Amino acid sequence: MTTVDLHRMTGAYAVHALSDEETAAFERHLPGCESCAEETAELSATAARLGLAATTAPPAALRAQVLRRITTVRQVPPGPPAQALSARPGPRTRALSRWALAACLAAATALGGTTVWQYQRAEDARGRAGQAARTTDEIAAVLSAPDARTRAAGLAGGATGTVVVSRGLDRAVFAVSGMARPPGGKVYQLWFDEQGTMRSAGLMDPGRSDQAVLMRGAVDGASGMGVTVEPAGGSTHPTSAPVALMSLPG
Amino acid sequence: MKEAVHIGEKPSAEPDLQELVGRVALGDEEAFARVYDTVVGSVLGVVRAVLRDHAQSEEVVQEVLVEVWRTAPRYRSDRGTAINWILTLAHRRAVDRIRSADAAAARDHKAALLDRLPEYDEVAEHVEARLEREQVRRCLRTLTEIQSQAVTLAYYRGLTYRQVAEALALPLGTVKTRLRDGLIRLRDCLGVTA
Repeated sequence: MTTVDLHRMTGAYAVHALSDEETAAFERHLPGCESCAEETAELSATAARLGLAATTAPPAALRAQVLRRITTVRQVPPGPPAQALSARPGPRTRALSRWALAACLAAATALGGTTVWQYQRAEDARGRAGQAARTTDEIAAVLSAPDARTRAAGLAGGATGTVVVSRGLDRAVFAVSGMARPPGGKVYQLWFDEQGTMRSAGLMDPGRSDQAVLMRGAVDGASGMGVTVEPAGGSTHPTSAPVALMSLPG
Repeated sequence: MKEAVHIGEKPSAEPDLQELVGRVALGDEEAFARVYDTVVGSVLGVVRAVLRDHAQSEEVVQEVLVEVWRTAPRYRSDRGTAINWILTLAHRRAVDRIRSADAAAARDHKAALLDRLPEYDEVAEHVEARLEREQVRRCLRTLTEIQSQAVTLAYYRGLTYRQVAEALALPLGTVKTRLRDGLIRLRDCLGVTA
């Protein structure tokens, strides 16, 4: 993708019409392009007006359900903004923090228990690394959740996969070490398994054999997760046999 | 970043909302209940426009509002208004859900998509926020037909620009450009600044 292409993507980005891969490329481009960031913020605000115009009357029962749910959900600590949109993030320190977190995860799995001190180490790593990216913080939030549960499995080719689930946060993190690179032009795609229906949970970085990834979307009713090899950009449903299938803990 | 400038009256209580979200960030459940009351209609409107299915929409609305509670400490008012943050989150979640659903196959069918045009009248039948609706409707009319269809299919249907290109039988580059030009024209017509 050329820079000119990226400049023209502000509109598609503002209405979430890009693929995951294009969104990631655009978000990498934003911090270095002030005019794009400004236009993106404006077009996103414009899109929100389209949303306001669709305002409708909510069912009464919804209110009590939501107000009950939040009493069981812990808030994230203050930190980097809740969304990359229109943000101008600080230095790009994601790689280091992610590595540190993956190392913590491996340690947590080995000990088979609490993740509190590992989280402390992650915090230290974050301190050294400066302002961490939002995803990294969300990964840390899952790892440090009081109800975090971990499950590890050996994967093909000697790789190890670990999945950490917080039902309270309704999010999951998948970490691998020693994963073989996908074939050229392919990526590893993550899936939530809901009664046999695979729901995309985002893509892994094809260039890294060790990484921790925040699975995209809520865990919701998923009882398992899987990894498949897909064409670059990902697929809407799996197009190949899974290279890994794991059931989710607790 | 400045607040968006709104022409005429606006239905949502925007200045209050900024302050309320600030209190939610400190764990104030009562403030959250007021945020809920202020935004739930718009969140549901966005999600239902994309998902259609009422039960699924309510699930996603719950997810979005819980996410607002959870991540309020990270919300930064200098990076956009609270309503913009919340509705962007709502649209993102709705789009994620529709793209993961089994219905994806049916939606890829070009004829089925074109069948559903024009989208905007369908959406408007639920609308309570009349002034907002009228303004947006008026401004959508200032777009070219292709711009308007591209923006409508992408925002209210949650289509990727590739799917929009297929539905309208246009090259990818054209759709990207039309989406941008259409939103810029809407921005200027609605007087949105950021």
